[in-house]
Amino acid sequence: MNRRKFISKTSLSALAAQLGLDLVFGQRLPDGYPPLGIQDPDPFQLFKKDREMIVLNDRPLNMEAKAHLLNDKITPNRRMFIRNNGIIPKKIDAQQWALKIDGESVHRTKTYYLNELKSRFKHHTYQLTLECGGNGRSEFDPPAKGNQWTVGAVSCARWTGIRLRDVLEDVGLNPNAVYIGYHGVDTHLSGDPTKAPISRGVPLSKAMQDETLLAFRMNGDDIPLVHGHPLRLVCGGWPASASGKWITRISVRDQIHDGPKMGGSSYRVPCESVAPGSEVAAENMCVIESMPVKSLITHPKSGALIQKGSTLKIKGHAWAGELEVSKMHYSIDFGSTWQNCTLEKPVNRLAWQHFSAEINFPKKGYYEVWARAVDTNGKSQPMVLPGWNPKGYLNNACHRIAIKVV
Amino acid sequence: MEEDFQKQIKLLGRLLMTFVLLLAFIIGGVLYLKNNPDVLKSTESHETFPTTETIVVELNAEIIAQSGFINDPGVAQVIQNCTQCHSAKLVTQNRMSKEGWEATITWMQETQNLWDLGANQEKIVSYLAKNYGPQRKGRRQNLTDVEWYELK
Repeated sequence: MNRRKFISKTSLSALAAQLGLDLVFGQRLPDGYPPLGIQDPDPFQLFKKDREMIVLNDRPLNMEAKAHLLNDKITPNRRMFIRNNGIIPKKIDAQQWALKIDGESVHRTKTYYLNELKSRFKHHTYQLTLECGGNGRSEFDPPAKGNQWTVGAVSCARWTGIRLRDVLEDVGLNPNAVYIGYHGVDTHLSGDPTKAPISRGVPLSKAMQDETLLAFRMNGDDIPLVHGHPLRLVCGGWPASASGKWITRISVRDQIHDGPKMGGSSYRVPCESVAPGSEVAAENMCVIESMPVKSLITHPKSGALIQKGSTLKIKGHAWAGELEVSKMHYSIDFGSTWQNCTLEKPVNRLAWQHFSAEINFPKKGYYEVWARAVDTNGKSQPMVLPGWNPKGYLNNACHRIAIKVV
Repeated sequence: MEEDFQKQIKLLGRLLMTFVLLLAFIIGGVLYLKNNPDVLKSTESHETFPTTETIVVELNAEIIAQSGFINDPGVAQVIQNCTQCHSAKLVTQNRMSKEGWEATITWMQETQNLWDLGANQEKIVSYLAKNYGPQRKGRRQNLTDVEWYELK
């Protein structure tokens, strides 16, 4: 292979730019026209994201928030994490958008236009917590493969849509239905049109919940493109990968859905706990369902210097997958003693809950404020990393911020 | 008469020469296409990057710095094989042992359309294991990179 052919084969511009070739005819470029090689769009501008968000990966695009950016009670778009397994679709025609319901367990395949879904079925709005299954992966030891999320792959926006249940009941299901799987129009990184980057799903019991939506609005507006415009699934409290974006088809299955990212170590953890670094055979891995109890201190930002004698007000959110958070504690002595936070009830099921506390520090020095939520089953967040798993999912170790009293 | 005859001979000679040249050009063209069938294909095509060839374009230090990869032997092979489908960040944010990187390459070949890396594989794996190998973190690390600020 010669150099020229090698270059012409590069599908995206990045490598050509990296190769740093002379710009032949460069002087003839129109003013303000960047050569294709450096036309990679600015994702912050393109998707209206806060400049403090962190890009973990730009192809595919993955972006997370920092704890202090998530202080809003309802997460705005600009501070909502972005998770992609493939390439974001470029052209969306909402007027022509259709959703097909098929699979082994429907009475008959049925297709609805989006406009028909909006007009025929009742609209519902819920605030729903979506957390990436791999949020906190960066702490795993031995390290786990994938995007190295720290704490910011979680959001709780207001989603408006129709109940998936209403549509499934309109189609009619066979008694052997056990699972649903979504299909979207994002494309595979390799460019192979026959491959789907991701096609996951949930058991029928989750699909039939009141809060499981086919959503078309987020925080009162059309869903932003990067978050699934014009139609996405929202399964609050479960790994966010269960909430497929840009969906055109839902298959009702008579078995656990077997699309890409449903098998192997994807969004699955050892059915029985294993020692860190263990090899786990595929048949001993179980699909993650509800996310575990977790919380985040969103105010103040870690690193605050405060005067001795002043009171520190902390604020944050806590959530517990399918459950509710029943108690919220904080510690300023590395977990030796715990104090109660004020904890609000969720606005609806599967929405995060807000907590706050006022802290007085006994003397000058370095402190860490640790936050620990307890769910309605009595399970609380661990202070160290929970059970190791090959892909680094479900890290709900308590969140910590650094404080100095001066 | 004699002049006319000589003219005709010359004309015939030129004609013959033209045909020979044309024939040579056609044969040459066909042979070139036979050996380089890709030249007629669209450069936009997303076909899988080919084969087991090991030719590597040398990259200068500035280009390597821009890529985000550590400059070390094997980096050219890594850039040219590992950033075709995904960005460098997907590699550089990860830490894996030699076995881990090998397993990742195998997984990409089995499920993600990664091509056979041929003789480059060994260079790629040793580069990754050396520069992006695992670090012990224990069960919980200290809070690092804290930016101190006065809270009003």
